[in-house]
Amino acid sequence: MVKQLLVGAALAALSVGTAQAQQGKVSGDVVKIGVLNDRSGLYADLGGEGSVVAVKMAVEEMGGKVLGKPIEVIAADHQNKPDIGSNLARQWIDRDNVDVIVDVPNSGVALAVQEVTREKKTIFLMEGPATSSLTGSACSPTGFHWAYDTHALAVGTGRAMVQEGGKSWFFITADYAFGHQLEADTSAEVKKAGGTIKGAVRAPLNTADFSSFLLQAQSSGAQVIGLANAGGDTITSIKQASEFGLTQSGQQKLAGLLIFLSDVHALGLQVAQDLVLTTGFYWDMDDEKRAWSKKFMEKTGKMPTMVQAGSYSAVRHYLKAVEAAGTDDGPTVAAKMKTMPVNDMFAKNGKILANGRMVHDMYLARVKKPSESKGPWDYYQIIRTIPGDEAFATVAESGCKIASQ
Amino acid sequence: MPTIFGIPPQALFGQLLLGLINGSFYALLSLGLAVIFGMLNVINFAHGALYMLGAFFAWLLMTQVGIGYWWALLLAPLAVGAVGVLLEKSLLSRLYKLDHLYGLLLTFGIALMIEGLFRHLYGVSGQPYPIPRELTGGQNLGFMFLPNYRGWVVAASLVVCLATWYAIERTQLGAYLRAATENPVLVQAFGINVPRMVTLTYGFGVALAGLAGVLAAPIYQVSPLMGSNLIIVVFAVVVIGGMGSILGAVLTGYGLGLLEGLTKVFYPEASNIVVFVIMAVVLMIKPAGLFGRER
Amino acid sequence: MATDTHAVSRETASATGPATPGLLAMGVLLLVLLGAPFLLYPVFLMKVLCFALFACAFNLLIGFAGLLSFGHAAFFGGAAYITAHTVKVWGLPPEVGILLGALFSAALGLVFGLLAIRRQGIYFAMITLALSQMVYFMALQLPFTHGEDGIQAVPRGTLFGVFDLSQPLTMYYTVLVVFLFGFLVIWRTVNSPFGQVLKAIRENEPRAISLGYRTDQYKLLAFVLSASLAGLAGGTKAIVFQLATLTDVQWQMSGEVVLMTLLGGLGTLLGPVIGATLVVTLENYLAATNLPVPVVIGAIFVVCVLVFRRGIVGEIAARMKRRG
Repeated sequence: MVKQLLVGAALAALSVGTAQAQQGKVSGDVVKIGVLNDRSGLYADLGGEGSVVAVKMAVEEMGGKVLGKPIEVIAADHQNKPDIGSNLARQWIDRDNVDVIVDVPNSGVALAVQEVTREKKTIFLMEGPATSSLTGSACSPTGFHWAYDTHALAVGTGRAMVQEGGKSWFFITADYAFGHQLEADTSAEVKKAGGTIKGAVRAPLNTADFSSFLLQAQSSGAQVIGLANAGGDTITSIKQASEFGLTQSGQQKLAGLLIFLSDVHALGLQVAQDLVLTTGFYWDMDDEKRAWSKKFMEKTGKMPTMVQAGSYSAVRHYLKAVEAAGTDDGPTVAAKMKTMPVNDMFAKNGKILANGRMVHDMYLARVKKPSESKGPWDYYQIIRTIPGDEAFATVAESGCKIASQ
Repeated sequence: MPTIFGIPPQALFGQLLLGLINGSFYALLSLGLAVIFGMLNVINFAHGALYMLGAFFAWLLMTQVGIGYWWALLLAPLAVGAVGVLLEKSLLSRLYKLDHLYGLLLTFGIALMIEGLFRHLYGVSGQPYPIPRELTGGQNLGFMFLPNYRGWVVAASLVVCLATWYAIERTQLGAYLRAATENPVLVQAFGINVPRMVTLTYGFGVALAGLAGVLAAPIYQVSPLMGSNLIIVVFAVVVIGGMGSILGAVLTGYGLGLLEGLTKVFYPEASNIVVFVIMAVVLMIKPAGLFGRER
Repeated sequence: MATDTHAVSRETASATGPATPGLLAMGVLLLVLLGAPFLLYPVFLMKVLCFALFACAFNLLIGFAGLLSFGHAAFFGGAAYITAHTVKVWGLPPEVGILLGALFSAALGLVFGLLAIRRQGIYFAMITLALSQMVYFMALQLPFTHGEDGIQAVPRGTLFGVFDLSQPLTMYYTVLVVFLFGFLVIWRTVNSPFGQVLKAIRENEPRAISLGYRTDQYKLLAFVLSASLAGLAGGTKAIVFQLATLTDVQWQMSGEVVLMTLLGGLGTLLGPVIGATLVVTLENYLAATNLPVPVVIGAIFVVCVLVFRRGIVGEIAARMKRRG
């Protein structure tokens, strides 16, 4: 502990030194924030324009300026295509002097952008993507994974469901890397907690009809059906599970491993009720979150998802770090960000690990029944808080090579 | 427990029944394509988009006007049919003198526009559409729990397909239609307004797609992408069935639905490509398709 | 059916002959391409070149043999996967990877061709579409393609062990050479006796048969050649962008290449290059605005089909012919 403090103090002193040396060094005399996300597709509702609004709220809070220089926010649609995403990121950095790239849902696109930002030493703040390899095998010194990851989802929902009595599991898994990883992570957690895996079925992406997979899940007799998928696939599978009376019988429970507030909103409480899920943010938890979310709601007409709230938090932290470092130089700011605790309406005493993982509390939530909901957007009941250290992997566990050197 | 090829009969019959439900959509959509192709010689690439449009009309009727499922079942296909008539009159009819490939390209562009517009307006996470109250719940068939609504879909599609087949193959109007397909000039000479017949046929074909969309709304989410995911499979169904025959389109639709269900029992990973594999095999043996005529 | 294909040929008034304005235009284009990376963003230019070659390969089939393939994404994207995998996992040099990608597409083209050329027109289009969709689902599910994430972080490596491709300019001129090679192959093919037979088939297949040509073999060869060149473009793109993803095997990609060719001019040598440049530029520009990309692309499609069937180059050629 003492040693840690000393190191911290030394780093702080060092950065104060560099800060003074580089006072006012802002490339292009403007700090440019590029929000790169899905604005028309599968993940437009969970991030999209809402993330841009959230980022702008963080900028407004800073008075629109940092180090006396104006802050500019631009946005583009990566259409869920890794090639478009990496091309846009390259152009933004090379031609438009973008200093930081934000959001980037879709693990595939995020991995591609991470390659670019690592090469160009540009800060990359990830709220949308899920895969924990972004701070593991694919980690980058300037990459930050903010809101959640597959590891936290597995720990949260997997372990909690077993503790609630759901000992035997069957997975319906999206048949691609993200789904496989989520299934593997969750299986490990379930087994660690003393549960068993009855089987798994791989459903192709964008499956229109899950009924046959649900039929398999039903005949497996497992107590919990884990949905290792995302976005539209999750919505469809939950809806059809309700149609086939899977959960109403009370013998089987659905566990959505990656569900956003926007998904629940799309499903409606009648269908989504009693789902158990893990989230990094819920608007109705304390006064600070409620106040911020209300402001967000006034601008967008929707309550924020954890991705949107996370975008606010990450950009706010980034701007504070730029101010503290006295420059917008990528590696310098990245080092600074890792020394500062994250304290805002999104996270209390959040800390950033050497691999770029922002560690904060996660929450296990249950979707309310229609009769319990008191008004619009009153969707979750928070069952339990999962401490950040429990939810996220340590640097050693993550397998990030840069950080362990 | 007795098994069939190592599979419990519950799973087998369950999946076959689900295949039949999917087949109902394939049949309705490929029927519409076949009707349009028979008369216009155009492959309607916008069919998937118009199916989506049907579902969206139903959803808009419910959320904006407060009109429920049963009226939507009538009104949405009519509206889609009207859109079809408009498209045919204003755009498609200009291309009849040219290669039919231009019709394919035009409808491809239309599909992109309609789908892009709805994506832009409504996002893609899909809008919920409730199952009508009369059809909630389900029947326990012993081997599976069949939601009432899915049973209704199978019945409705069977009735519509049979009625369409009857209307085209067994009525006076159908006879004109078939005659106009074979020799439009001659039929025109008999005093029948062939251009109007072509317009109405296109309207009817896409109305079938709209109807399928309304039927699908409570099962799948009402999503701008629901059509583009389905339409390529339906194209393959049409190729397998052969494009000359109404009955062929319907039978192939149901048959391939069943076959897909069967694949899901034995080798689920292949369920997406089984239709295309069948298509390749059929093409090698019968290039014109199972029920098609060489032209 | 023969009369139908004839209609296409009339629309695609041929501007293929080595006429002087054509040669002049090509010379100007070459100069522009040589100097472009000093003015414009190289990665963007490389993308344009890859798509231009892809569109040219596609045009060889539709423009000169009268066959509309709606499944060319399978060759473009399939080769990208093969190149990316061989370079990244097997550690092969980039030139070998690209070659293997093109060879794979040639083999795939042979299979597609054998199945598809037995039918014409719309049937041909739908069969190629369905077959390419099969390739798409395989790319989605085979383990080596890594599903949604695709193959990423493909090293650019060194060409022939000499040229370091991580340098943007070296990479650009490599892509330019690949493009020019593909373009020359197409030029040679179109102006060879083989190309003449293809055009004869396009104009009137029964007559070509009656003249003793085994048209199926000609069409198959054209198909395989077109597929290989599309593969060459796809493999090169995988090296440029250092990734191979589902985007390139999706059926929307097959539609996009049709649009590029149609917009530039079916059956013209330069048309696909111009069309690809316009479409790629437009998409790049639209991505930064609030306009929905598919709607604009769809609208261009509709306008092209209705009033602009000759495309840009075809239109210019027709005017010059009228004047001269």
